[in-house]
Amino acid sequence: MNIHEYQAKALFEKFGVPVPKGVAAKSPAEFESALAQLPDAPVVVKSQIHAGGRGKGTFTDGFKGGVKFAKTKADAFDYANKMFNNTLVTIQTGPAGRKVQTIYFTHASDIKKEYYLAILLDRASSKPVIVASTEGGVDIETVAHDTPEKIFKIFVDPAYGIADFQVRELVFKLGFNTAEGKNAAKLIRNLYAMFWETDAAMVEVNPLITTPDDKVLALDAKVSFDSNALFRHPEIVALRDLNEEDPKEIEASKYELAYIALDGNIACLVNGAGLAMSTMDIIKHFGGNPANFLDVGGGASKDKVVAAFKIILGDTNVKGIFVNIFGGIMDCNVIAEGIVEAVKEVGLKLPLVVRLEGNNVAAGKATLAKSGLAVVSGDTMADAAQKIVKLVA
Amino acid sequence: MSILITPETKIMVQGITGAFGGKHAQLSLDYGTQVVAGVTPGKGGLFFEHGAHKVPIFNSVHEAAAATGATVSVIFVPPPFAGDAILECVDAGLDLAVCITEGIPIKDMIRVKRAMQGSKTRLIGPNCPGLVTPGTGEGSKGGCRIGIAPGYIHKKGHVGIVSRSGTLTYEAVFQITSKGLGQSTSVGIGGDPVNGTSHLDVIKIFNADPDTKGIILIGEIGGSAEVEAARWIKANCKKPVAGFIAGATAPAGRRMGHAGAIVGGVEDTAAAKIAVFKECGIEVATTPTDMADALLRAAKAKGVDLA
Repeated sequence: MNIHEYQAKALFEKFGVPVPKGVAAKSPAEFESALAQLPDAPVVVKSQIHAGGRGKGTFTDGFKGGVKFAKTKADAFDYANKMFNNTLVTIQTGPAGRKVQTIYFTHASDIKKEYYLAILLDRASSKPVIVASTEGGVDIETVAHDTPEKIFKIFVDPAYGIADFQVRELVFKLGFNTAEGKNAAKLIRNLYAMFWETDAAMVEVNPLITTPDDKVLALDAKVSFDSNALFRHPEIVALRDLNEEDPKEIEASKYELAYIALDGNIACLVNGAGLAMSTMDIIKHFGGNPANFLDVGGGASKDKVVAAFKIILGDTNVKGIFVNIFGGIMDCNVIAEGIVEAVKEVGLKLPLVVRLEGNNVAAGKATLAKSGLAVVSGDTMADAAQKIVKLVA
Repeated sequence: MSILITPETKIMVQGITGAFGGKHAQLSLDYGTQVVAGVTPGKGGLFFEHGAHKVPIFNSVHEAAAATGATVSVIFVPPPFAGDAILECVDAGLDLAVCITEGIPIKDMIRVKRAMQGSKTRLIGPNCPGLVTPGTGEGSKGGCRIGIAPGYIHKKGHVGIVSRSGTLTYEAVFQITSKGLGQSTSVGIGGDPVNGTSHLDVIKIFNADPDTKGIILIGEIGGSAEVEAARWIKANCKKPVAGFIAGATAPAGRRMGHAGAIVGGVEDTAAAKIAVFKECGIEVATTPTDMADALLRAAKAKGVDLA
């Protein structure tokens, strides 16, 4: 689960990670009072959406920049009005962009130098890793590729926690002066505490900055949480912003369906995550474009299949449907009955290819045949994929 | 022969009184698997009954192991308590703990894995379908089925299968069986980013097993476990190996159903992993339908008979 920058920074402050003074506003009526709470200008005006590349983004009305530096509070007020309720397109949002519904005003800090700092899981060692670099404010993947010697890592032993010597080493490698180093060490420890205690999946500060008076501040904040651990963090769940999620994905989550919207036109309904991913792949392999990832899970009921059908048909781009089921324990006939019922409820005008294999497959195929629906049957996954690609072409 | 488990292996089921655990305990009993104990704290002394089977339930893994000689446990405990259930197996000194549970917090697994260092217990999973060593009966009955895989699609034979995904494992098993071949053991290692047993761990065991003549390695986007396994195969494994990677069309940064199936950078994409497979002499299946055929091609090239 992702949160906004202003929410992440509030968490940072709670854990003692210093950030520039900032105030969020959720309507134009709040802009003036928000700006009044900041010290004197300059001010940075930041669109709050769950996507990176905001600074270089463009709004759909042509206004450039989702993050703006304002010399005066009057300018800041003006920028905020241009951004609010406007749709921001960045390299991460896709062409549809995201509607900006919160503006975050922050005091513009004097920057001496920019650094990079992140905490995430290192899968190879199954340990949290702290990644830092002297090259901040730029794309870290580029730094890792071009100048790997400028990236430093600490692997944290989960049994002991972060050790003092590790923090000292990192601080020396980053080249901080004594006063900065003291502040940076404290910040790193506190950020790690936040990562660990909130079950974060990733915390990224880019840039982390030093100021002329040797303060160390998190200028930006990107935080995501482990969805599996949300049950023990109601305070984090409260930060979820449904405006940032695809309405079809929200609907799917109500039925415990794993659904991800994509931009193709062949809808998929599959059991199992691995099979669902490879169903998308095989559609592409034969020249088509998948409209979604959808895993109905191992224990799908008839109701779940009906709900899944309604969700995929809610996507107006969809021109055909591919149902791919390997019924191991799951009864193929339950899926077949679900399909028949869903089609009766919602009506079906699009081509439908079904590949059923496994447990009780004969009964499942009989149910589909008896229904009188225009269902095309596929023998193997490859056969079915070729058929649906041809039908929507 | 087989790996990790045999038809004689005695297993216990943690969470046998839950709907999911109970259903799969029944299916394993029907398959002929030696399900000798159940564990549900507070229900010790009761029995899990299924047809002619009467399986005793214990309050702890220790008690179950001591009373029945079970050496393996399969875990169907809800996510908040599953980490604890794994540690209980470690403390009881079991050989193998197979955790089916999906949705365990990553932090819990980080701590569990650290706590398991130096212990004799091997963990498979979590978020996995388990493993099957087929038997010789009808529909491969008489084998050892641990977890949630469909037993009947298996056939006793000489192909080893290791995968992060349940349904893709079944696809591979079904294809091999449909070709008249069979499996030594099929192992689902699970779709989480932190798991007990890696692709490489299983590949090493298959490589050392004289009865496994060929291997299918199924992976997906996210992490570097498949790459690590492929490089080892190139240097050490003489057996024919076919590989498949799911998620070529997955958008970066999105979690594709499995917690671990997420592209983080250029190196954990499907394209990057497939490139390494090819470089390491692994025959790549172009689609999931091609997995068994890919292994047959690899076997033919090496002059190996998989029957």
